[in-house]
Amino acid sequence: MRKLLSLTLLTLAGSTVFAGGYRVSLQGQKQLAMGHTGVAVVNSAEVAFFNPAGMAYLDKKFNLSVGGNGLFANTKFQNSMYNWEAETKNIGTPFSVYATYKINNWLTAGLAVYTPYGSAVEWDQDWQGAHLVNNIDLQAIFVQPTISVRVGEHFSIGGGPIIANGSVKFNRNLSMNPLFSVNGSGTDVNLDAKGITALGYTAGFMFNPSDKLRIGMNYRSEIMMEARDGDATYADVPDFAQSLLSNTTFDADLPLPAELTVGLSYQVTSKWLLAFDYNRTMWSAYKALDVKFGNGSESLNPRNYKNSSTYRLGTQYKANDKFTFRAGWYVDESPVQDGYFAPETPRNDSMGYTGGLTYQLNNKLGIDFSFLYLHFDEIDNSYNHSVDPITQQPNPNFGGTYKSVVFSPGIGITYGF
Amino acid sequence: MKNNFIYLAVLAAGFASCEPEFENNVNADYTSGDANFTSYVAVGNSLTAGYMDGTVSRVGQTYSFPNLLAQKFALVGGGEFTQPSYAEDVNNLGGIQGLAPTRLVIDASQGRPENIAGTPTITLTPQATAFNNMGVPGAKSFHLLAPGYGNPAGLALGQANPYFVRHATSSNATVLGDAMTKNPTFFTNWIGANDVLSYATNGGAQSNGNTPAADHNETGNTTPSTYGSNDITNATTFAGVYSTIINTLTANGAKGVVATIPSVTSIPYFTTVPFAPLSPSALGGATNIATLNAQLYNNLDAIFTALGEPNRVNPLSATSANPILIIDVDATDRSAQIAAALTPTLGAPTATAFGQVFGKARQTTANDLIVLPASSVIGTVNTSSPSTSININGVTFPMANKWVLTSTEKTKVANATAAYNSAIISIAASKNLAVADMNSILNQLVTGLRIETGQVYTANYFSGVTSESKVLFSLDGVHPNARGYAVIANEIIKVINRHYNANLPLHYVNYFPGINIVGSN
Repeated sequence: MRKLLSLTLLTLAGSTVFAGGYRVSLQGQKQLAMGHTGVAVVNSAEVAFFNPAGMAYLDKKFNLSVGGNGLFANTKFQNSMYNWEAETKNIGTPFSVYATYKINNWLTAGLAVYTPYGSAVEWDQDWQGAHLVNNIDLQAIFVQPTISVRVGEHFSIGGGPIIANGSVKFNRNLSMNPLFSVNGSGTDVNLDAKGITALGYTAGFMFNPSDKLRIGMNYRSEIMMEARDGDATYADVPDFAQSLLSNTTFDADLPLPAELTVGLSYQVTSKWLLAFDYNRTMWSAYKALDVKFGNGSESLNPRNYKNSSTYRLGTQYKANDKFTFRAGWYVDESPVQDGYFAPETPRNDSMGYTGGLTYQLNNKLGIDFSFLYLHFDEIDNSYNHSVDPITQQPNPNFGGTYKSVVFSPGIGITYGF
Repeated sequence: MKNNFIYLAVLAAGFASCEPEFENNVNADYTSGDANFTSYVAVGNSLTAGYMDGTVSRVGQTYSFPNLLAQKFALVGGGEFTQPSYAEDVNNLGGIQGLAPTRLVIDASQGRPENIAGTPTITLTPQATAFNNMGVPGAKSFHLLAPGYGNPAGLALGQANPYFVRHATSSNATVLGDAMTKNPTFFTNWIGANDVLSYATNGGAQSNGNTPAADHNETGNTTPSTYGSNDITNATTFAGVYSTIINTLTANGAKGVVATIPSVTSIPYFTTVPFAPLSPSALGGATNIATLNAQLYNNLDAIFTALGEPNRVNPLSATSANPILIIDVDATDRSAQIAAALTPTLGAPTATAFGQVFGKARQTTANDLIVLPASSVIGTVNTSSPSTSININGVTFPMANKWVLTSTEKTKVANATAAYNSAIISIAASKNLAVADMNSILNQLVTGLRIETGQVYTANYFSGVTSESKVLFSLDGVHPNARGYAVIANEIIKVINRHYNANLPLHYVNYFPGINIVGSN
């Protein structure tokens, strides 16, 4: 049964990147609807993700929140100097499951399962940027057993280990040069690594100086996904190069960066809540995607991400016993620097608009709806650091104009007693 | 429930509006400017036909620069662009059945260029159709005006061209006449290279390989029908023909681009084999070299030096690369003196034979250009030699006239090229036509041509997989490969954009194929 469950989770975990590199900020319906604030909000079991310290303040003994999103991400690319047009349309299904159980007055235990990182981008095979990426599918599930300890009336701490399980598939053409092609299909290498496991942790505190004000901080550590002995498979290899390009294994490291969040919430009236979060994501850990092949060759792909910030505002209005309405807005900085704009994470700074509501069926069970619309300005940028693995000569810069739209409706249930 | 449907409809509309939209579509600013591409016609020779790797093939033809241009013209009102049919070339082998061999490829197992295995399936079956691409491989300037150039009956007499035979609309049609039936609104004209190139590629020799071909700028002959196939066309004749072609093409107001003729020094056919290709090790090392000097080179050096030509032949070096022995038709004939000098040691009959062999011989100098096909001849046994002691091509037996474009011949080629190009430029100016100066563009290949993607290309011949991406010429050493034609198309597009205030996008050259390599052949 457990195995079946984890299989189901894996198939659900297909997620799509947006602005923040390959970070997918869709970790709970209620909080997403509030601009994905939550480090200082105590609403539901979702707080196990946003700030484990907050679990201690949940009223009910048992809280469960289960939800998922349909993530629709479209990116178009064009370059009028060469009359290029390309498009990637991807659908992801990030999900989350949170449960908390109040053991006693000062101790609450919880379990969080969520998919904070992922990237699925699928350009047409052999498109103009095929030497950088044809398609990528990166998935990671975090499982996080958590405890929260209340220290006195106004203060709590919380945290727990994170067990991350991930997989990566990556396909690119070997060279821009059609010398490496068969009947018009470029020679491509497919990298496939599954069952990558890594450990990290989350920790936070929450401070309630008054009935109305909460202040929170949460830190989630960097998790280094180390793919070892993955499969590197070549396809469409011309016959003269068969001996050069035989299937092999690969090693690669991909950091899932640390994230620090601070924020506050303020209960303006008994019905009206305001929240503000600030995220700092330590993307500078992502220096390069370097792949070492079993045959001794290497592919060096500088990324040179920079640390980035996200500013979030959210609000909630509890209209009556049945309906609660939420809205939010955030600004998300891209960690990608000029000249490193690779089409595997083809997105720039964005602005997120969120909304949602909860319909409370009864005292125990509620249904949560959310939606997110991410607005991107179009951007002219390029990737200037690619090298032809055959000649070891730099490839020409690859760039153009990119424009993305991301839209994500979500649904979930909240259960508690 | 009804409400739910409304919500769903709103939601669906939300997804639809989820399409990213650019402020300016990719093609928003494309324009034909002052040009009208409704009917684009290309006239010219092999360079216009998409000839590469020694032939036209079905796939190769798709990379002809006019076809690449037409793809961009289509964005701004360009009409259909047709090319002579190569549907017969099912397996893309090129060649012509019974006439011309298949296309050249690199055989990786042998590491050398070879004609791809198979028999050509391209026939001379007349298509009797005028096409937008009227590039006829082998055509010289005056051929475009020659009735019967596509008459099958003229093939055996050398008066017709098999490629034009395939599509001439009638037996007395002219290339230009057929082109004009397409009522061009825009044209490219890149003709004239063969007026000098066939002389150059044959080392200034007639088709027998020995007799010098004529430079009609020297003879003053202005009647092309009397020209040998490898002769240099008289520049005045060229200018007259060129004017006729341009006057005809522009008669109905068509605009266009004319292209200049590249110099031979930017073509790997002439630059790949060095003038001194014989390394000491290739000559068998110091001992062999000493023997060659003692038996041949010292004697020739002594004889020529005594006659006042001390550097015509020098002893071979055991430490640095050596030039080859060639026949220079313009050299002073020393056969009698050589025979006389050698008679005491070799006897009169042998000495006379040696005198015949070496009478016009000399070693190559840095001013000579050795043609590409010589690379597979130098160092091989020459069966026509009178003696097995002097039968190694280029080493002990002088290479025939056709293998080398000597400095004298090179000057004739350069002078003719310059004269043609100045005619092309002034005739174009008189009609306010755009000029694509292919001569100056391809000359940049000598030091490295840097294109808009940042890639640098050279005039080098294929020399291995790791440098293949810099090679613009196909394996025949004269014609561009697909990548090279893309560079040419782009240069013409830039000229059109400039001259006709157009805005056409470029081809991305790096994505075009270069050399075809097969694992085995």
